[in-house]
Amino acid sequence: MALYSEKVMDHFRHPRNVGVIENADGVGEVGNTVCGDIMKIYLKIDGDVITDVKFETFGCASAIASSSMATELIKGKKLSEAMALTNKAVAEALDGLPAHKMHCSVLAEEAIQNALNDYYAKQKSKS
Amino acid sequence: MRIYADNAATTKMSPAAIEAMLPFLSEDFGNPSGLYTAGQKAKEALEDARERVARCINASPRQIIFTSGGSESDNQAILTAAAMGEKAGKRHILSEPMEHHAVLHTLKALEKRGFTVEYLPVSAAGLVKASDLERMLRDDTCLVTVMAANNEIGTLQPIEEIGAICRKRGVLFHTDAVQAVGHIPLDVDSARIDLLSASAHKFHGPKGTGFLYAGSNVRLEPLIHGGAQERGKRAGTENVAGIVAMTVALEEAVANREAIAARLIPLRDRLIRGLSAIPHAALNGDPEKRLPSNVNFCFEGIEGESLLLWLDEAGIAASSGSACTSGSLDPSHVLLAIGRPHDVAHGSLRLSLGEETTQEEVDYLIEAVTKAVAYLRGFSPVWRELQNGDRTYIL
Repeated sequence: MALYSEKVMDHFRHPRNVGVIENADGVGEVGNTVCGDIMKIYLKIDGDVITDVKFETFGCASAIASSSMATELIKGKKLSEAMALTNKAVAEALDGLPAHKMHCSVLAEEAIQNALNDYYAKQKSKS
Repeated sequence: MRIYADNAATTKMSPAAIEAMLPFLSEDFGNPSGLYTAGQKAKEALEDARERVARCINASPRQIIFTSGGSESDNQAILTAAAMGEKAGKRHILSEPMEHHAVLHTLKALEKRGFTVEYLPVSAAGLVKASDLERMLRDDTCLVTVMAANNEIGTLQPIEEIGAICRKRGVLFHTDAVQAVGHIPLDVDSARIDLLSASAHKFHGPKGTGFLYAGSNVRLEPLIHGGAQERGKRAGTENVAGIVAMTVALEEAVANREAIAARLIPLRDRLIRGLSAIPHAALNGDPEKRLPSNVNFCFEGIEGESLLLWLDEAGIAASSGSACTSGSLDPSHVLLAIGRPHDVAHGSLRLSLGEETTQEEVDYLIEAVTKAVAYLRGFSPVWRELQNGDRTYIL
């Protein structure tokens, strides 16, 4: 059996929504280089819809695939839907992750929540 | 192209070794303890193997016992020296922090039993110094255990110097020579080694077979109790086929060692030069006191596991010291010991060449690794911060 599902490998080989959004409405970062994983999510938001999302990841294949999948799952979605995204949903969409790699999907969930919180905080300071 | 560049993990078996083991799996299957002809034939093969293995490291046959491999040999060597020390009231052991876990974890177990273990400092290139050994030896030191060649960064330790000092001070010297046997010259007599561990599958022999050399001054303690095999030092019916195959592989490795090293060293150095051209990359280990097969680099801004998978896609089998590949939260203890911070230790790559490696393959490795590193850096937030000046380069 392979280490990762074909879905994980597909997102690792061809990550979706890679890159940076200049002047993003919300940016979220989790992890650190000591533990070996960093994820950064950039959001472009119009009203209550995520119109664009990009990511950058320093980490293993499952971290890269988790961030790629998470961006696909929230692109074009309402903020409330993105906020409700769980790590389990990310892992399931990838046809599962090995048990010791589940934390990668947790990082993706947290990065998105951090990006949304960043957006809300910016909105608050504007008003 | 498919390239196997993980020969430090394991090697492909030598065809001659496979050939040699086959009769002992079929017509000559007898138990060496049997008194009938088939058993005696196996027994003869076993004793012939012992003589030939001994000759390869300049030992005598009585000083060789056959084991299941490197980890078992390391455990038995260290626990034996500890038992001998304990009887003499000596409970201090010296080692170094880059040892294999088979050594480090055995030492940890001894610490729980009241032994004191101290570690010699290692240089940035991964070398221990004889002067540190002289300074740190104590009257109650019962064992010095330092590997001959490091499995991750390929550094060759000054085992002759260490052996001479230990002999002079009357302290047992064990060397984990798993990566060294068959790859560099080894003479237990002139290097004054008391205990040496070896594993067959690192020199084109079968997995699950190894040996332990113990000098005549050492009274081996069995790890496995039972029958009288291996003169009571290692119970269990002997793995005759494996032992015979190991012997053939070892003789081949020793006979061809110089020719292989002469071919591999220029290839290794070509690979090192090629990878050094990648920006913010650094060689791990000593450039010269190094196994002919070993290349190990850190690349800043990327993580090793994703690099390995990307290389696998390009047909390359390699390994890394990143936490994701070590099965723990920390990256390689060897890279941390030579002072690489966590940030860059996660981005390490070990390529270990084999006697079949060609220059064409080396050039392909350089091209594939260069591309993979650039690709992964392309969407690494760490790399972007480094490039923007928001983070300081370590390498």
